[in-house]
This record gives sequence, structure tokens and C-alpha cells, in this order.
Amino acid sequence: MIWGVKMVTAAFKQSIEKALKNLTLRTALGKFAEAYIVAREKAYSGINFEQLRDRISEIKADSAPKLKELALEFKKNAEANGAKVFIANSPDEAREYILKVAKQRGVKKVVKSKSMASEEIHLNPYLLEAGMEVRETDLGEWIIQLAKHRPSHMVLPAIHLTKEEVAELFTKEVNEKVKSDIPQLVKIARRELRNVFLSADMGITGANIAVAETGSIVIIENEGNARLVTTLPKIHVVLVGLEKLVPYFSNIVPILTALPKSATAQICTSYFSIITGQTPNVDGTLKDLHIVLLDNKRTDMAKDPIFKEALQCIRCASCLNVCPVFCLIGGHVFGSIYTGGIGTILTAWFEELKKCEDIQGLCIQCGRCRDLCPGKINIPELILELRRRLEKEKGPSFLQKTFFSIIKNRRLFHQILRNASKVQKPFVKEGFIRHLPMFFSSLTEYRSLPPISDTPLRDRLLRFVQPDFDEKVVFFAGCLIDFVYPEIGESVIKVLNKAGFTVLFPQEQGCCGAPANYSGSSEVAYELAKENIEAILRLKAKYVVSACPTCTTSLKYDYIFLFKTTGHEDMLPKAEIVASKTYDFSSLIKVLINQQRLEPEKIRDFKEVTYHDSCHLKRRLHVYREPREILEGAGYEILEMYEADMCCGMGGYYSLKFPEISSPILERKLRNIKNTNAKLVVMDCPGCLLQIRGGFDKKSEPIETRHIAEVIG
Amino acid sequence: MVNDLLFNKFKEKAESVNAEVYRFKDKHEAIKFILAFLEEGNFKSSDFNWLNNSFLNDSDKRYISEKFPGINFEVSLQSATQAKVGISEIEWAIANSGTLVHDATSFDSRIISMLPEVHIAIVSTSKLLEDLASLLNRFHPQKAHYLAFITGPSRTADIERVLTIGVHGPERLIIVFVDDMGC
Repeated sequence: MIWGVKMVTAAFKQSIEKALKNLTLRTALGKFAEAYIVAREKAYSGINFEQLRDRISEIKADSAPKLKELALEFKKNAEANGAKVFIANSPDEAREYILKVAKQRGVKKVVKSKSMASEEIHLNPYLLEAGMEVRETDLGEWIIQLAKHRPSHMVLPAIHLTKEEVAELFTKEVNEKVKSDIPQLVKIARRELRNVFLSADMGITGANIAVAETGSIVIIENEGNARLVTTLPKIHVVLVGLEKLVPYFSNIVPILTALPKSATAQICTSYFSIITGQTPNVDGTLKDLHIVLLDNKRTDMAKDPIFKEALQCIRCASCLNVCPVFCLIGGHVFGSIYTGGIGTILTAWFEELKKCEDIQGLCIQCGRCRDLCPGKINIPELILELRRRLEKEKGPSFLQKTFFSIIKNRRLFHQILRNASKVQKPFVKEGFIRHLPMFFSSLTEYRSLPPISDTPLRDRLLRFVQPDFDEKVVFFAGCLIDFVYPEIGESVIKVLNKAGFTVLFPQEQGCCGAPANYSGSSEVAYELAKENIEAILRLKAKYVVSACPTCTTSLKYDYIFLFKTTGHEDMLPKAEIVASKTYDFSSLIKVLINQQRLEPEKIRDFKEVTYHDSCHLKRRLHVYREPREILEGAGYEILEMYEADMCCGMGGYYSLKFPEISSPILERKLRNIKNTNAKLVVMDCPGCLLQIRGGFDKKSEPIETRHIAEVIG
Repeated sequence: MVNDLLFNKFKEKAESVNAEVYRFKDKHEAIKFILAFLEEGNFKSSDFNWLNNSFLNDSDKRYISEKFPGINFEVSLQSATQAKVGISEIEWAIANSGTLVHDATSFDSRIISMLPEVHIAIVSTSKLLEDLASLLNRFHPQKAHYLAFITGPSRTADIERVLTIGVHGPERLIIVFVDDMGC
């Protein structure tokens, strides 16, 4: 299974390694991410976030198909107030226009406030080359300009630098010894940049919103530098992406409400400036105001039925702040201007699809960003779509192709697993594979692996005697329970027998297809989906149950999506029947308990437990109360862990492809579990179980790890 | 009183972002407070710049000039750059975020709230509104070409995420509410 490793270039692996070794960055991002969650929650208190983001996504989704019209309306209204508006199709056009304005007016000094769009078109080097002096004035931007770095975070561009490093940069810049005292450093920035503001000929800013109805631009900031940039120089150039356009002035309210809270967890930033047309200069003349509306593929994006959703972005960067991967590696690994989840998508469009080949793989598909996106963008799904298109364009790699041709062929795949259960024998000790030789070694460096079972569930069930009830449940086991953890499957069956169900196990079931689906191989996933649906429907049953949240998600949601998007609508009616009957294990058990058909076994060996929320269960199936209620009903006391719903780092084959990222994410999870002092951690997902149990074994930590079916069965 | 509720909410929100909020029943008390602040800070007449719109009448100006001879009620780029304290009137205040809203179309009114280290903002208590939406209902951007929303002093967290007050804008924002703006 090292095919995954080969999918990533060596240079990319090196850049990840470099980022992981940068402890300054990791500590700063880690601390920020923790504080952010709490502070964001507080900033939103009293506000209905779901309603707010419904409103924002509605406004932005309505605007996306008519960006060109909105741009023309904006132009008309802004020009009626004395501004000049230029619609730039490409970065080239935008740069040329700005340089032309600057040259015509004899500009020598330019001051800038933070603008991602200006980074997108690489404006600074262009103006510098033309002989102009260009100064960033946002403190973080100024620091990275002095350091000659790229921003490592969209909102906190210099988060990768320490105060000592900043002091060193300032010492060089101002020719005096500067101490690494933060208030002092800030004072120096104020002093140094004040003169720059006062002597600049041209100010360049971005904008957070552009209002078509009035020709207004809205700028959000904290430092007050944008206020100076828009006030002191006599020429003001605004560079703004077309996606910032909204039709009506009243549309700014929800965006202004959400943006500071989602971006920096502030109720309000220090300053919002709304500029509509020309304003007076110091001498009473009117400001020379130029607004450049940048398209750069945004209108192409709007025409794409799937990616138009990305235009709902308000650039808050919360998808970076809550991403377990971004918080480890920061923005530099992304190699482009826009970073993190949304940045991966924007890079693919604003640059080219090929540019996201490596970075799209960084998404572990935990879905945390989707829940908090104020633009309601399904970022993980859009990243999957990138995967699908990359595969369509380039075709799967040789190893990927081999692997998928195996899992597609159920008999062959299962035969290989059976053989592996024999080959692995020399490496199995006390139920774990702790070391693997040669190029497999990285797989067991940070966690032990479970061996493949001698007798898979499908074989055990041939001899498993069940009572014959009228009511049946079809059990969809999934590969891990079938071949690695058959005992979980047996527990599932025993519990359902107790509730008066006979469990049917279709032998024709195979892999649910998630590994193929989540790596963009829709056709492989389709074939598996079809086979599984047919196998399930061949048997008559009241429910379909799976004890793996990923398999459940496939049966309940992904198959339907897959059939729709791969042009196999003929399969939809069948898929919908299966979906309507499908339950994850905990949800079904909760239903049966509520119907008083089942009483969970009372506590046996542990009194206190902690519960880990698996990504697919919590964020795709929205199940998190049920397992807790089941455990409490059985008499357990739940000691909630910190970040219970944070990914464990498994992500299916992600942990094989990026063990260096998976490992620290797991590390964090293990620490959070340990800190509860519970001696048993329970979860609903066999994948998480593999990861967490293997992690504790590697550390020889005496903490029990169990699937919920094993606890109550 | 409705305004008491709004004022209390405003005060709580604005103070939570490091603004200083006061309220006086009339103009004279407000002026006395501002002068006492300037005296306590040992500010000279040239250290502050008071942009007068409608708030001060001739006798107010005379009264202020007695304490601070030579005080300049005209704002220029030079005076605002030199001033340590800028004093100006602000038209609106939003209670639920502790925000001041100012029609900053005129250059002088803009720089007086941007350049000095301390900004003293005088607001009529009657101009307190509940939220952003209720403000935008009363206002059209065609009428104010530069609309400035100010919530607390200037701030940054760009170095090691440490919140630091006062970068490019004022490091102190003192908000003086006046119930009765008349003479």
C-alpha cells in the first residue's frame, strides 16, 4: 500500500518536513487555533450562526452567476461619484493598468495596506521593477516584506516569526539596536511607517466588499493603516476580486457581522471604512480614485456548476484556523498565495489545476472547516472534486491503478488479504504488528498496526448460529471489521440478536468504495457501490446497519451523489432505498433502546470512559449524542476529552500517504485522551480504533481502546 | 430610559475592546472633563487639536482658550500630525458592538481621528442606535463618501499573536457621551 507515498513528489515531502520542524510556527499556530475556537464561539454568542451563514451564502450564491453585470453596475455607480473603474480580466491587465496610472502621475512612492488580490497578481515585484518604492504597512505584511517571505497565513501573515526574529529585521531596517519587546516593536513600526504614509504619492488597498448598487468599497482592518493609506496619498488604487461584489448596500450587514468573528474572533474589528467615490485631499482637491475589479478566472469559476460555490468565500480564513493539518504545517507548504482548504481550491482555479496536485492531498477530509465556514462552502467536497478532475486529467498513478483494480475485484482483494494474514505471521506480537521491514517501516513508526485476522468475519459467520427472528437486519461490515476486527462484527450481531433481529450478512459485499471515492476515482467507487447496493437489496431486511461511520456515509449519502455525478441515474432508486434503511450502529441501537427492545449490558470493568467523535459520524451523519446516551444509559460516566471531535489523524489511506502529518495529529489525540484520566476510550469507527489503539500500543500506554459495539455487546 | 439601556450596552462592548467611555448630562460637564484630562496629562495647547463643528459656541471656545491660550480649533495636516490628542465630534454610536460611526468625508475630520495618539470622541447620547442594520436604514453612502466605523483603539496581534494596542491609529479612544448637546 505504499502507492500513496509515491503519489507525492519528493520536493513536496521535503517542504512538509521543513514546516514540521519549524517549532515556532507549530507552537504559534497551535496556540492560535486553540484560542480561536473558544474566542470565536464567544464572539458569536447571541447570534444564530446558521441563519447568518444562510443569508451570506444566499447573497453570494445569487451574485456569483452575475459577476459581470454587477461589475458593470458597480462601475456605473462608482464612476458617477468620480471614481475610475477598470475591469481586469487577467493579472497582467490589472498590473499594467496600475502601473500606467502610477507612471502617468509620476508616482515614486507607494504605500499599501493588506491585499491578498495584490499578492495574487504579484503586484509588488512588478512595481519595484518599474522603479517604484513599495511599502507594505500592515504590521505583519511589513515584517514579511522585510524578511522577504511569503505570508504563512491569510490573516496572520507573519505568524511564523518570533519577536526576536522581528527585532532582528527591524534592527537592520532602522539602523539602531531594537529590543525584542513587542510593544516596543509596534511603536517602532508606527514611527517608521508614519513618515512613509505622509510622503507617499499613491495608496493601494484591497477591499472586503464591493457594493454594486452604490459603487462603495468596504475595508475591514484593525491597525488603522488602511485608513491612512486611503486618506493621505492623493491617488488611491483599490484592487478587488470580482467575488467581493454584492448587489445591494444592505448586503454588507451580514458580511460585516460574520467576517471579524470568523477571521479573528472579534465581535468587530477596530475599523470598517466605507468609501463611495472621491473624497477630498489635504488641499481640497478630490482624490484620484481607481478601482480595479479583478476577474482572473472568477467568472469561469462562476460557470462551473460545482466550483461556483467557492465564490461564496468572504476570505475569513477560518478554514485554515480549524484545520488540523494547516495548524501543523502552516501556509508555506501550499506554495501559493492562498493557503489552507479554500486556498487549495483558489490555487487550482487562479493558477492551474496542476498546481494543486500535491496540496489537495493535504486535506484529511475531517470536515471541520465545513461546519464553520460563514460562506457555507463545502470545502472538503470541493477538494474531492479537484481530486476527481485531476484523475480525469492525468489518470491514476500506476500504483493507484493497481490497488484499485484489486479492490474492485472482490475475490482477488479478499484472497490477497487472506494471504497477507499468513505472510504477516513473523511480525505479529501480542496482537500487533509493531515493526515492518524496509520501505514499509514508516507505517509502524508511530503506531502499531493490527494484524489481518486469521479468520475474517465472513468466514466466521458461516459457522455462527443465530436465533431465527422474523425481523432482519443487513449488516454491512466494511473491510476493517470484516478482515481486521471480526470480533467487533460479532458483537454487533450479538447485540442485534438480543433486540430480536436476525442479522444477514451478504457474502457479495465488498469494500464500500470510500478509498476510491475519496481519492477521486469515481468509476472504481461506482462499481463497488453498485455491487454493494445489489448485494444488500437481494436480502429482505428492515434495516441496514454498519459499525463503520465511513461505510455508513457511503451507503447513506455518497452512493447517491456518486450515481448522480457519474451519470448512473438508473441506480438512484435502489440507492435511495438502501439509504433510507441505513443506520450507523449507535443510531440504530439508540432507536432500539428507545423502543425498549434493548437494554445495554451494565458496566463491567470500567466506570469512567471518554468518547472520541469520529469525523464522519459527527460531521457527516451528525451523530454524537447517541453514543454518549448509550454509554450513560449503561452506567458509564463520560469524562469529556478536550477537542473530542478533532480528527485522530487516520483519514483512511491518508495516514499511509502522510505518516509525518498523521503522527502529530494522533499524538495530540492521545494526549487529550490521557488527560481525562479515563482508562477506556470508546469510539464508533474501526479506522479511528486502528489509529488510536495502535498509538497507545506503540507508547505502551495502558489505556483500553474499544469500539462501542464491544462495550455494550 | 431607552438610552440608558443602549448606553450601558455600548459601554460594556466598547470597554471590552479597550475604549474608555464616559457620559455627562450636558456640554459644560463634558468640556470640563476634557479640560481636566488635558491638564492632568500636562498637555500644552500645541499638544492637542480640537476640531470644532457645531458642538462649541463662541463662549465655550473663550472658556477653553482661557485655560489653554493659543489653542487651535482649526485642523490641518501639520497640526494633526503634531497633536498628541485629537478631539472631534462623532455622529452615531452602535450599542451592540460599541462602535462609533462617523461621516469622515471631510479630510480634517478624518485625520483628527487617525493621526494623534489619543482620540477623544464626543457623541450625543441621543444618537445611540441598537445595531448596524438600524444605522444603515438611516443613511445612504451617496451622502457620506467616507464612512468610518471605529470600535476601540487601533490594535494588532501580528507579532506572536500578542494583542498590542495602538499601531497606526490612536492608542487611546476616549468616548464622551453628552445627554444635552445644547448650550
